[in-house]
Amino acid sequence: MNGADAIIKCLEEEGVQFVFGYPGVAICPFYNSILNSDINSVLIRTEQNAAHAASGLARVTGRPGVCAVTSGPGATNLITGVATAFADSIPLICITGQVNSELIGSDVFQEADITGAVESFVKYSYLIKDAKEIPRIFKEAFYIANSGRKGPVLIDVPFDIQQQELKSFRYPEEVKLRTYKPTVNGNALQIKKVIKELEKAKKPLICAGGGVLLGEAKEELKVLVEEYQIPVVSTMMGIGVLPTRHPYYYGMVGNNGCPCANRAMREADLIMMVGARVADRAVNQPEIITKDKVLIHIDVDPAEIGKNAGATIPIVGDVKHIFADFLEYEIDGIYDSWINTLNQYRTELRPVRNPNPEYVDPAEFIRYLSERMKDDAIYVADVGQNQIWSCAHHIVKGGRFLTSGGMGTMGYSIPAAMGAKIADSKKQVIAVCGDGSFQMSMMELATMQQHHVPVKIIVLRNNYLGMVRQYQHFTYKDNYSVVALDGSPDLEKIAAAYGIKFERVLNMNKYEQAIDRFLANDESYLMECMVDPMDLV
Amino acid sequence: MNRIFSVLVENRAGVLCKVAGLFSRRCFNIDSLAVGETDDTAVSCMTIVSTGTTQTLEQIEKQLNKKLDVIKIKTFEEHQAVSRELMLIKVKYNKNNRREIMETCEVMKAEIVDMSKNMMMLQICDTPEKIKLMISMLAQVSIVEVARTGTLALPKCMESDN
Repeated sequence: MNGADAIIKCLEEEGVQFVFGYPGVAICPFYNSILNSDINSVLIRTEQNAAHAASGLARVTGRPGVCAVTSGPGATNLITGVATAFADSIPLICITGQVNSELIGSDVFQEADITGAVESFVKYSYLIKDAKEIPRIFKEAFYIANSGRKGPVLIDVPFDIQQQELKSFRYPEEVKLRTYKPTVNGNALQIKKVIKELEKAKKPLICAGGGVLLGEAKEELKVLVEEYQIPVVSTMMGIGVLPTRHPYYYGMVGNNGCPCANRAMREADLIMMVGARVADRAVNQPEIITKDKVLIHIDVDPAEIGKNAGATIPIVGDVKHIFADFLEYEIDGIYDSWINTLNQYRTELRPVRNPNPEYVDPAEFIRYLSERMKDDAIYVADVGQNQIWSCAHHIVKGGRFLTSGGMGTMGYSIPAAMGAKIADSKKQVIAVCGDGSFQMSMMELATMQQHHVPVKIIVLRNNYLGMVRQYQHFTYKDNYSVVALDGSPDLEKIAAAYGIKFERVLNMNKYEQAIDRFLANDESYLMECMVDPMDLV
Repeated sequence: MNRIFSVLVENRAGVLCKVAGLFSRRCFNIDSLAVGETDDTAVSCMTIVSTGTTQTLEQIEKQLNKKLDVIKIKTFEEHQAVSRELMLIKVKYNKNNRREIMETCEVMKAEIVDMSKNMMMLQICDTPEKIKLMISMLAQVSIVEVARTGTLALPKCMESDN
């Protein structure tokens, strides 16, 4: 057994079924060993998308997604994907090939200091110096990636280490890390204080972030909310914590959020931020959630508490446990009039759109699409206007809403949808992107075809980088700079070239039938919707 | 506000870079940084002096704690600790100012550790303020070069220590 075999064995021990990657000489021993395993390798078309695909898989399975790429450019290409996962706390194991140990530092062919380069985007990284360390390092890496505040871990494996012979292999049962012990249980006194504050509060509000999903606490949240009748809003990463039409759910907060949710944030007298970073897009001024309010901040990462807003009651721990602790108490709060007010806002504060009838109205289109999607479908939104329309109009029934929230990485949707579909082939998986983001990842249509991953893709085409155009419209008075996507290809021909079904929707005439056809089909499908280039979110 | 962080870290390659990188990435100040092995060869101690608002100083501690190579952090203010810094300073001398330099050394409790016909090297180990004072005293002579360790600090001995 050599180092590469040992790595594969570690992945098997962790129950890994798929590895996304791109080979090169420096990772060839790994890709040779993987042939003797049941693990499937998926050849992605550019390394960044290997990380995105692994991210899609991780978010659906709750287990770290694995990618493996070569040294030098392979590793550096991965960085945007790693940073995207880091920003959204998605667990990844990134294996990178490296030049021979004795050549490290001599700038040989395809050498890059990848552990140095990704330092600020990983939870931890390793450069393996002896193959004997492989079992311990992989055991630690999987544990670190998927515990506490989750995130990517990178393991750099020099070529000679992959070839080094090993006499024995024993996968450790436990991790021994003296420096890493994530807090699980919330402080009991703090929990009591929260209960007291909830009883005093007249207008409490839970603002749920991606941490609730990562902490697999959706069920607990639902019970808590229904039991105590506390209204809920979410951040972008928190979309899907409750079904969109849940009576106590009032939408997404923030710059691009829905007016009702933002009004709720402003008027609440108690806000419970859960698994949310209080970053600028969700809460553009910390005063919104602190001034004249009780702020309860629950997060597994103590550094997030107090970073952007000072909390009245901080609680560090695992959200699932903390919710369960809350449910131990009876809360005598009566919030009926607050809920009535919010229900009124929900009906009154609906933004009015004036869609141009010559084009597809993305709002109406997305609403109908999500109505027709299966209840447990996975909707992957890209970045740009398409993302904001998706956030505002997609109706989550019981499925998932995936997007790149923290980093806002264009091109995320197609590879992430592929990862999600590979993770759960029975689920309906739909990627919705713009023509800009589509062109950042369209090379992956080949991966979809090669590995038979029937992802459905919708391109909202407006021939502009719409979000930037909209910004230039407002900020620079329509002085458009480098936002026109002239020269874009005919997507019908692109689809044909890859052997993928295609349909173009020009306007709202019979769009329902087009969506029904799109969803009825089990194969990959590309649907192009012509959107008014001047449309705003 | 000024604060001292005494950070015990795993004595491994790259750890200094990770800690220093954290400070630069998040725009935290490093006024001084000194690193050395402890009695346990697997553990190094980094003494970092930083300035910032209370909130920033709290973030420094929290962010350092997130680093997996960080074992333990103690933070204290200057008055709660004994701080020392070692400086080697080379000065040019002549017969007119030799006496004056030696007197300064005596007053400042510095030592002459090396000497040639026209240069001498002085060593001083004292609080950071005294080191600054020493530099300003010798600036009137002629400083050739200076090497400083940065502040080392440990919290003052307390009854509760064991």
